[in-house]
Amino acid sequence: MYRIMEARDVGYRIRQYTIEAPRIARKQRPGQFVIVRLREQGERIPLTIKSADPAAGTVTLAVQAVGKTTSLLSCLEAGDAILDMVGPLGHPSEIRKYGTAAIIAGSVGTAMALPTARALKDAGNRVIFIEGARSKQMVVFEDEVRAASDEAYILTDDGSYGERGLVTKKLNDLLGAGGRLDYVLAVGPVPMMRAVAQITAPLGIKTMVSLNAIMVDGTGMCGGCRVLLGRESKFACVDGPEFDAALVNFDVLMHRNAMYRNQECQSLRHFEEHKAEEVAKLRAELAAREQEVAWLRAELAGFDIEEEKHYVGPASI
Amino acid sequence: MPDPNALPTANSLPLRERMKIARMAMPELDAEVRAHCFQEVNLGLNSADATREAARCLACAKPGCVDHCPVGVKVREVVELVCAGDFLGAAAKMREDNALPAITGRVCPQETQCEGGCVVGRKGKPVAIGNLERFIADYERASSKMGLPAVAPATGKSVAIVGSGPAGLSAAGDLKQKGHRVRVFEALHELGGVLVYGIPEFRLPKSIVRQEVDNLRRMGVEFETNVVVGKSVTLDELMRVEGYDAVFVATGAGLPQFLGIPGEHLNGVYSANEFLTRVNLMRAYKADEYDEPIYDCRGRHVIVVGGGNTAMDAVRTARRLGARTATLIYRRSAAEMPARAEEVKHAREEGIVFRMLTDPAEFLGDENGWLTGARCMRMELGEADASGRRRPVPVRGSEHVLPASVAIVGVGTHANPLIQSSTPDLKTNARNYIVADAETMRTSKRGVFAGGDIVTGAATVILAMGAGRKAAKGIDSYLKSGAWE
Repeated sequence: MYRIMEARDVGYRIRQYTIEAPRIARKQRPGQFVIVRLREQGERIPLTIKSADPAAGTVTLAVQAVGKTTSLLSCLEAGDAILDMVGPLGHPSEIRKYGTAAIIAGSVGTAMALPTARALKDAGNRVIFIEGARSKQMVVFEDEVRAASDEAYILTDDGSYGERGLVTKKLNDLLGAGGRLDYVLAVGPVPMMRAVAQITAPLGIKTMVSLNAIMVDGTGMCGGCRVLLGRESKFACVDGPEFDAALVNFDVLMHRNAMYRNQECQSLRHFEEHKAEEVAKLRAELAAREQEVAWLRAELAGFDIEEEKHYVGPASI
Repeated sequence: MPDPNALPTANSLPLRERMKIARMAMPELDAEVRAHCFQEVNLGLNSADATREAARCLACAKPGCVDHCPVGVKVREVVELVCAGDFLGAAAKMREDNALPAITGRVCPQETQCEGGCVVGRKGKPVAIGNLERFIADYERASSKMGLPAVAPATGKSVAIVGSGPAGLSAAGDLKQKGHRVRVFEALHELGGVLVYGIPEFRLPKSIVRQEVDNLRRMGVEFETNVVVGKSVTLDELMRVEGYDAVFVATGAGLPQFLGIPGEHLNGVYSANEFLTRVNLMRAYKADEYDEPIYDCRGRHVIVVGGGNTAMDAVRTARRLGARTATLIYRRSAAEMPARAEEVKHAREEGIVFRMLTDPAEFLGDENGWLTGARCMRMELGEADASGRRRPVPVRGSEHVLPASVAIVGVGTHANPLIQSSTPDLKTNARNYIVADAETMRTSKRGVFAGGDIVTGAATVILAMGAGRKAAKGIDSYLKSGAWE
C-alpha cells in the first residue's frame, strides 16, 4: 500500500497526488512512469510521474480523470492509499546538450514533460515550453512551466487563456520566424504528437514523442503495448515510452488505444452511476487490507525473525 | 516384463496381479460443462482409487521413474507409501525433493518424465504417478496437517530472490530451511509468477499457489511485490546498499515472440502472454466484477498460433470465454506438438479445432484496424532441421483465409533484458539468457546466482523448480564457505 500524502485539484478533472513510494522516488528519472492498481478487482494503468523527492520518499503524479480507474482515483484524498504501484518503468529521457529544445505538451501531458524540461535546462539547453489546452481550466502547472523554461507559451483552443490556437500554430510561428530548434519533445494526445512530428521531423529536427500505449505488466512480458516504428515492432513499456517521432506509426497507435473503448465507456458510465458506493467499497477494501497486513506482521513477529536490517518499503509483506 | 529384482514392498499383490489392474482414470469435469467455465478440469483421485493405482507399481530395483524425474523425486518410495495408505508420509517423502507437489502434480509433462520411464508403461499404461502426486498433495492440504519443514537457526546471512515463480519459490523454501534470511521480490502485484499469470485456473487453481506462498510466509520467507529489479532497484544495489549476501535471479522467460508478419498490430491480435495475463492475473474472465478488459470472444472465431502448452492454454481459455470456434494452428504435425498429451486430449474433448501443418502469412484487418482473419499457407514436412524435427515448408498454391476476430500468438519467448541491461558485469549468451553453472547456478558475478527460464529459455515448471533447489544448495555453500572460485 502506498499512502497518499497530499491530493489536490490542479485543473478541470486533473488532480495531483503526492504518494509515499521510497523505492520509486529514489530511482525515478525524467520521462519514466509508474503502473498502478487501485483495488483487488482493478485494472493496471500506466501514469506519468511529475516529480520525485528521494529524501522524502515520495513521488508526485498528475492524473486526468478520463476512465473508470482514473475517475475512482480522483475521489481519493490525502490519507487514502494506492493498493499497488510499481516503477519507475521505461527508459528515462535522453538528456544531452542539444542547443535549443522545444517541449510541447498538451494539458496533463505537461506533468510528464516537466521533469525532462528541467533536466534539459540544467544540462545547458535553451528550453522553449509550449503548453496547449482545450480551455483555461485545463491549463496546468503554469508556474512550473515558466520556471523550467527560458521561454514559455500557453495556448488554449478556445482562447480562454493565453494565446488562442493549437500548439502547432506556435511551433510554426517559431520556426517561421527563423527560430532554430535542435530537439523537440511532444507529450499529449496522439493527434497533437502526430501534428508536431509532421512539422519537425521533415526538417530533420530530432523529435521525440512519449507514447501512452495500453499496458498491463509494464515489464515487457505481455507485448500489449507494442507500437510500430517503421517496420519494426517495439514495446512502449521497456523500449520506450519515448520514441523517434519520425518513425512512429500514429495510425496504429490510435487504433490500438481505441481497442477497449466500448468497455471503457460502459465501465465509466457504471462508475458514474454508483460513484459513492464504489468509493466507499474501495475505502473499505483498503482498510481491510491494512488490517490484514498488520495481522500478518504480528503473526510473523511471533516467528522470531531476526532484527530488520534491510530497507523495507511500504509494500512489504 | 516385471522386474525380477523387484524389492519386497508393502504391496502384497504378486507382480502378475498388479499388472492386471487397469490404470485408474482421472475423474474430469464434463467437457460440455467445462468448455464454458474456468473450474478445474481434473477432479482428483479418491483415496481408494489412489491406493489401487499405487498397487500397480512393480517397485523396480532400478526405478526408471526416478531417473526420468528432473528433480529425482523418490517416486518408488512415495508410491509405496500411498499403497500402504500412509498418504501424509508419502507427501512428506515427496517434499524431500519437490517442494510444490500440488503444482507439479497438475502441470508436469509426466508422459515424458516419470511416467515415460515407468516399466508398466512398456506393455500397458504407466502408473499414474502424476495423479498420485496430486492426490497426496491435495490430501495433505485438506488434512490441514501440512507440516512446515523445520527452519535451522538463523545464520545471519541474507538472500534476495528475484521473481516469485516456481524457481524463486522453491529456492526460497530451501534457503529459509537452512536458516538464511530470504526476501522474494516480485514485479507484479500477485505472487507466483507464471503460476498465476500464465497457467489458467482450470489447470491450476490460484488457491493452490496462494497456499504454497502462505506456507513459505509462515516459515518466515519475506515477500515484496511491485518491485521490478533492474528498474526499481538494481542487483548491485540489492547487495551493496540493501546488504544481501547473495542474489538469485529467477525472472522467467520474458518477452513474447511475435511472428513478424504483416498485420500483427491489428486490434484483436494478442500475444499468448497478454491474453493469458489479462484472463488469469487480471481475472478478465469475470468481466462484471473485474475492470481489466479483454476482447469479447463470445460468438467470435478465435485462432491461436503455436503448439506448446501456452498456445494450448490460450485456445482453451478462448473457448471458455465463449468463442464460436477456437482453432489451434500449428505449422508442423500433431506428432511434433510440444504440448502435454493430457492438454491435447482435454482440448479435443472441449471442441478445440486443430489445424495442423498450417502457418499464418498475414493477419488481415478492416479499415478501422480490427482483425478480420488470417491468410494462411498449408505446410508439409521436409528435411530435419537443427532441432531434429522435420522442417515445415509451405505448399505452393495452398493459400487460404481463416476468418477470425481474435488471433493469439503463442510461439515462444525471448529473454527479458531488464536485469542484464542494468548489470553490465553479468555474462549472457548470444540469445541474452544469463549464463550460469549447471550445478551451482553461479553466474559470472560474485554472489549472483540464476536459474529457471532466464537461464535455459522457456522450459517447464519442474525444471525451474529443480534449478531453484540447485541454486539454494549453491547459495548455501557459498554463504557458508564465502569462497567464489
